[in-house]
Amino acid sequence: MATLRDLSTEELFTSGHRLCAGCGAGIIARMTMKALRGPTIVVNATGCLEVASTIYPYTAWKVSWVHIAFENAAAVASGIEAAYKAMMKRNAWGKKVDIIAFAGDGGTFDIGIQALSGALERGHDFLYICYDNEAYMNTGIQRSGATPHGAATTTSPAGTKIPGKPEFKKDLIGICAAHGIEYAATASPAYWNDYITKVRKALEVDGPAVIHVFSPCPVGMRFDSSKSIEVARLAVQTRYWPVYEVENGRYKLNIKVPKPKPVSEFLKVQGRFKHLFQPKFKHVIDEIQRYVDENWERITKLCGEA
Amino acid sequence: MSRIMGLTGDGAVAYAVKQCKVDVVAAYPITPQTLIVEEFSEYVHNGEVHTEFICVESEHSAMSACVGASLTGARVFTATASQGLALMHEILYIASSLRCPIVMGVVNRALSAPINIHCDHSDMMGSRDCGWIQIFVENAQEAYDWVIQAFRIAEDPDVLLPVTVNLDGFILSHSLEGVEVLDDADVEKFVSTRKPVFTIDPDKPITVGPICFTDFFFETKRQHVEAMNNSPKTISKVNDEFAELTGRRYGFIDTYEMDDAEAAIICLGSTAGSAMAVAKKLRDEGKRVGVIKPWVYRPFPAEQIIDACKDLKALAVLDRACSIGAPYGPLCNDVTAALYKENVRLNVFNVIYGLGGRDITPFDIEAIFNETLEVAKTGLIKKPIKFVGVRE
Amino acid sequence: MSEESKPGWRSIPIAGIILEPGSAMKYKTGDWRAFRPVIDEEKCTYCLLCWIYCPDGAIIREEKTVRVNYDYCKGCGICANECPAKAITMVEEKK
Ligand SMILES: Cc1ncc(C[n+]2csc(CCOP(=O)(O)OP(=O)(O)O)c2C)c(N)n1
Ligand code: SF4
Ligand code: SF4
Ligand code: SF4
Ligand SMILES: [Mg+2]
Repeated sequence: MATLRDLSTEELFTSGHRLCAGCGAGIIARMTMKALRGPTIVVNATGCLEVASTIYPYTAWKVSWVHIAFENAAAVASGIEAAYKAMMKRNAWGKKVDIIAFAGDGGTFDIGIQALSGALERGHDFLYICYDNEAYMNTGIQRSGATPHGAATTTSPAGTKIPGKPEFKKDLIGICAAHGIEYAATASPAYWNDYITKVRKALEVDGPAVIHVFSPCPVGMRFDSSKSIEVARLAVQTRYWPVYEVENGRYKLNIKVPKPKPVSEFLKVQGRFKHLFQPKFKHVIDEIQRYVDENWERITKLCGEA
Repeated sequence: MSRIMGLTGDGAVAYAVKQCKVDVVAAYPITPQTLIVEEFSEYVHNGEVHTEFICVESEHSAMSACVGASLTGARVFTATASQGLALMHEILYIASSLRCPIVMGVVNRALSAPINIHCDHSDMMGSRDCGWIQIFVENAQEAYDWVIQAFRIAEDPDVLLPVTVNLDGFILSHSLEGVEVLDDADVEKFVSTRKPVFTIDPDKPITVGPICFTDFFFETKRQHVEAMNNSPKTISKVNDEFAELTGRRYGFIDTYEMDDAEAAIICLGSTAGSAMAVAKKLRDEGKRVGVIKPWVYRPFPAEQIIDACKDLKALAVLDRACSIGAPYGPLCNDVTAALYKENVRLNVFNVIYGLGGRDITPFDIEAIFNETLEVAKTGLIKKPIKFVGVRE
Repeated sequence: MSEESKPGWRSIPIAGIILEPGSAMKYKTGDWRAFRPVIDEEKCTYCLLCWIYCPDGAIIREEKTVRVNYDYCKGCGICANECPAKAITMVEEKK
């Protein structure tokens, strides 16, 4: 992908959807559609993107789009892929169809991890995109296995004793890559070129591919709607969100961050971390910084950078 | 042309599915359905079918994959039992609401706890409101015949609903029978290929499964009800064509000696066969007894059952499941509601039997007939719900 | 649409499917806006960042300029925040 001018002006994810103002999921959906290479079907797990983009009788999708339930996007995609394969064998279908499954972090890290693992293990040819806004936003900001340490959600509130979520985030790409799939990557919509390039690359893979993309959510992460891309950029520049890819088991760092900003720069712009800036919870910020440093070291080592 | 094959109930299902040229099977093993997936896997691995068999990691994913596959326009089959059906529950409603003509073999088995692998109908009964057409069969022949008919019924544009074919776990699934099977070509001609009404063809994009709020949800359900209400026409048509092809006549219910019966048993599945054998013996003794066996459980064949009962004085409804806390077991709830709806006064009592594979013996059945005859004579029901075969 | 004027179950497509791709375009989200982005064409360098980052596809890309489609713009302010040329200002909507 060279320049923005080269991207199509056709909007396969249209205006008129009802995602909140400044929603990262909308940006991701739009960008994804700019990377398509041919006939495509989108499968969407229950969550903000699904609910807000298809309020009957309106749909923001100009590709065929299917929503079945919360935990099964990967299984539904498996069925679609297998069906076209079988119909090709009996000459009832003639062309390649790309299948993209979108699911939130809840639909991926938690309730959907089994269906995802099964589909990856079976090797279906589809692209799974987890847009990670780090909580169950659609049901009112509850914690998920992707919610970071210290973040306040409605089920991990900023209490006087327990300051937000005690646990840390799962390593989704590690889990996916461990299935031996050909392509897995992280991304941030702030780096549009990297993201769109990855979507295209992932579509070109024969077999399953996974993209884990940071999805800024002004409502659930609590920042001004104008800051979505800024927050998505800070996530990368603080090394909170390493942007890398795993191709046939080989890790590669896509965005180098030689002079990282302290993670507090990322935390302080978001209301979900506000409580950590009280003196008594200062240690939690240190814990997060330590986690970020260790995670970065681990990833960059895997990428052969360290 | 046809020939006789030695097949188990599960084997008969697998063989029918093979002959129906199914595009996608997505299934997960569970006793007593396992023989279906195992035998079908043989067909796949020996290159006898073009089917994509997705060995999913759960029944939830099995049904999810089936829905995805069905929406592309493919012909789709799955099979499960008990816990597997319960795990699918969420997606069963979605499959039918999205009008996916999936055919599913349900090899009836008790639901935990305690865990038990043997036959009862609590699995299907627990999901009986899922909006699927539901068939119960008495033997392997019926299993074979109904699976083939099920594809025709499900995929008919006037119906477009998924169908379950229920067969009793172990009693049918694992017993070998001589099954009269059709030639591949005859089956192929009978079921033809699926002609979908709508698909997710990427070249003609549609949106499937949007969120409907208070303003449209009710309308979509009303349509679903209508599809079920319209299905009898298609079911009869398919039964007629099948009878023409095979000489085997199916319908909504099967009856035995109901013409002048004063007392009868109504029950689902393999028990009906035993009940008919006992009824024959009692008939020989001059007792006017009969048997009603619904093949079709949903849509509920109220009209046909009432018609069969018109000269009856007493009816025992046998349920191989409980609906704990409800007035009766599931089948009896339906039968009594149907009678009430049509303003038919009939002495009915409910027998709960066979849970977790507990045998029902010919003696048990004879006792039930005799009690029904007693009720027919006296008009007095001693116990509205009897538990037969349980130790006190 | 009032409840009565909406189509009944006999007239809507089966299975709750939506047959018209992109029908959401009929749903205008412009009235969600509290602030409107105003583009200063003089300053604009046509870098298209506002276009790619807009979650609502409300920046229209023309031959040499960009403009806002106020029918859909929700006024999130991302475009103004991201514009490297500072060509976009958010102006309060007058009620
Ligand atoms: C089986 C099931 N459990 C719970 C829900 C309720 N539910 C709907 S969306 C959702 C959270 C979605 O979170 P995520 O996947 O992170 O997507 P987001 O809304 O954050 O974009 C939950 C819990 C459901 N629809 N289905
Ligand atoms: S809650 Fe967050 S993710 Fe959901 S629509 Fe609003 S901004 Fe987007
Ligand atoms: S304010 Fe937000 S919605 Fe409006 S044009 Fe700018 S980025 Fe798009
Ligand atoms: S971001 Fe600013 S400079 Fe770039 S195209 Fe938009 S208005 Fe013009
Ligand atoms: Mg989320």
